[in-house]
Amino acid sequence: MAAVRRLQKWVGLGFHAFRQNSALNSVRALQRRAFRTQGALFQQPFDSSAEKPQFPGASAEFVDHLEFIQPNVISGIPIYRVMDRQGQIINPSEDPNLSKETVLNFYQKMTLLNTMDRILYESQRQGRISFYMTNYGEEGTHVGSAAALDPTDLVFGQYREAGVLMYRGFPLDLFMAQCYANADDLGKGRQMPVHYGCKDLNFVTISSPLATQIPQAAGAAYAVKRENANRAVICYFGEGAASEGDAHAGFNFSATLECPLIFFCRNNGYAISTPTNEQYRGDGIAARGPGYGMLSIRVDGNDVFAVYNATKEARRRAVAENQPFLIEAMTYRIGHHSTSDDSSAYRSVDEVNYWDKQDHPISRLRHYMTARDWWGEDEERAWRKQSRKLVMEAFERAERRLKPHPDLMFTDVYDQMTPGLEKQKEAMWRHVQQYKEHYPLDLYEK
Amino acid sequence: PPGFRTALLRLSPTCSSRPRAQRRHAAHFAFHPDPVPTKYGPTVKMNLFQSITSALDNTLASDPTAVIFGEDVAFGGVFRCTVGLRDKYGKDRVFNTPLCEQGIVGFGIGVAVAGATAIAEIQFADYIFPAFDQIVNEAAKYRYRSGNLYDCGNLTIRAPWGCVGHGSLYHSQSPEAYFAHCPGLKVVVPRGPVQAKGLLLSCIADENPCIFFEPKILYRAAVEQVPTEPYHLPLSQAEVVQEGSDVTLVAWGTQVHVMREVATMAQEKLGVSCEVIDLQTILPWDIETVCKSVVKTGRLLISHEAPVTGGFAAEISSSIQEQCFLNLEAPIARVCGYDTPFPHIFEPFYIPDKWKCFEAVKRMINY
Repeated sequence: MAAVRRLQKWVGLGFHAFRQNSALNSVRALQRRAFRTQGALFQQPFDSSAEKPQFPGASAEFVDHLEFIQPNVISGIPIYRVMDRQGQIINPSEDPNLSKETVLNFYQKMTLLNTMDRILYESQRQGRISFYMTNYGEEGTHVGSAAALDPTDLVFGQYREAGVLMYRGFPLDLFMAQCYANADDLGKGRQMPVHYGCKDLNFVTISSPLATQIPQAAGAAYAVKRENANRAVICYFGEGAASEGDAHAGFNFSATLECPLIFFCRNNGYAISTPTNEQYRGDGIAARGPGYGMLSIRVDGNDVFAVYNATKEARRRAVAENQPFLIEAMTYRIGHHSTSDDSSAYRSVDEVNYWDKQDHPISRLRHYMTARDWWGEDEERAWRKQSRKLVMEAFERAERRLKPHPDLMFTDVYDQMTPGLEKQKEAMWRHVQQYKEHYPLDLYEK
Repeated sequence: PPGFRTALLRLSPTCSSRPRAQRRHAAHFAFHPDPVPTKYGPTVKMNLFQSITSALDNTLASDPTAVIFGEDVAFGGVFRCTVGLRDKYGKDRVFNTPLCEQGIVGFGIGVAVAGATAIAEIQFADYIFPAFDQIVNEAAKYRYRSGNLYDCGNLTIRAPWGCVGHGSLYHSQSPEAYFAHCPGLKVVVPRGPVQAKGLLLSCIADENPCIFFEPKILYRAAVEQVPTEPYHLPLSQAEVVQEGSDVTLVAWGTQVHVMREVATMAQEKLGVSCEVIDLQTILPWDIETVCKSVVKTGRLLISHEAPVTGGFAAEISSSIQEQCFLNLEAPIARVCGYDTPFPHIFEPFYIPDKWKCFEAVKRMINY
């Protein structure tokens, strides 16, 4: 097995050397460098007679002049794009040629998410739910990547990837149940809104601490590799979360332990109010990948086909070669960070409007569909109406539903309730019975 | 994490041929082997690190999903706990990770979430703090926050723990109280090879994330007959290791052996009968066994190496005070480490040794 893998590496290396000769560009140079780092797994054998450097920590030649390696941030890793802002395919050989049905599904999932976002955002403004985070401008990254995965691939997310669940068929009622923390919520009403999770759809429950899911995804990918079941793991995070120590841990572990994992970074320019020039000084996140020995690419996150293509190929290779891939999707966070944030305090309305009106993943896909006569004004109007109706119906059902039984505050701390917790539960009920007029018992299931 | 780690246990505790100023202080405890266990089949003489290896060996043999990972576990570990396992079970099951504790625990959570058995090693309990966020915010809350959709119950974190004679600030700590404040975790400390194997196997089998602290001073010092086949000792159950009627002494890990000596001293010098309890599981702890004992004796002394303020003795003390108020005949005593970092050259003065504990028993009796 090791021998086979070694052979693959050598074949891969030869292939890259060939491409290197035919056309040199920065992407390929980076890929070549990434491959060399992979090659470090098979370091040169120690040979004291050779004139080459013999340091175990790196495989490199000596150089006789002093020169620091410059980061290239002005001319960074290029942004892979399949269609332009008018929905025109730029290079036909990169066209994924998806069926009409598939593309319509992309569009409907993106717009349904957008409709749900608008209604839940408003409902928070009216105090009907406590918190919300929209996905405006990033719908393409969710749907494009989700479509390129196998449904059994395990998803670890941050919190702005509801479109992945939407694509996998998570019902509107369950999105709403989680935000309302009602008795239908699979999470039993314990977490803040938008912390979705679904076992059946292989979407690991979201948690608030940033980047903690990144090394976890590496561990899950390692276990999946040992199962040998042709599965991959994908892990989403923002460019701000990538500054956490856990991101470093996850990247490094997945490379050294050879995990079939796709790291998907949504670089939307902001971490709450912090712009990227206060987040990092290198060439974004993608440029870090090669440093970990990881194949990396940067894509236009507003181009659902570019996202789809990159994820599809990363998934194929991650599973075949047991190695991690890094995709950095460039986007723009059109909405506020959350309902607890007013983004006009730190960025201009003009900037936001540019991305909303002139470079939006939804409008771009619509141009593509319109050009093919797959979608027109009538379809748009009908779908808007229908999607709004679907969301509003789920919304009203969720709002009417009672909250979960208060006993559920005590379960699942451990697999079984401990005697200590059992006593605390009984004590709570004794108290609540005595002071029931001070507690909102009628809102909860009995 | 430093490079001194492997050197830690090499020197014997006493060395009389050296000049007086260089002489090390004698060990602060005497290990009491358990009676040879009879109900789990054949036994072999093992020290504590060997009994850990035996538990890990049993696990890898019976559970094909189980993996062991951490810093330097592949060649056998800096304390020899994983010797031979990689050769026997393969390098995809026993492997080194990069040097990054938050990564190790995060990775282990992921392995467990995917349904496999994850046994992570943190090289010293002192270095578990970089993983505190993964343990407290993630591992402990995984099942609860997902409504039981996902959990990491298959995760066990092992870490060498406690003072070692010369470990100073970062090779001596007893961080159990930090984790005792964290619902969702189980925290376990064994007192010897027999308990280590049985409790570790229970942690690995348990459906909750467990932290298993191994008293490193016992790795080589504690030797007794240990069953070679797998067996389980129950979690959240304290063990009365010596019955008595006048005072209850509660401790865990190495300190149990100190307490046994204190019990002997109290009997010999004061004619006082002590009941010694090994708590074994810090969280969720066995309040019932301790209560039952204190109802009988009317006096309680709790001792741990960790600093006194916010130490787990505070939790035991206040709970017992609530539950056994009418039975208590003296204030509950805590003999613990001082509220300082763990010192290097002052270790003999720092630790709650048998003389400090003996003095506390004497005062309690005379109260």
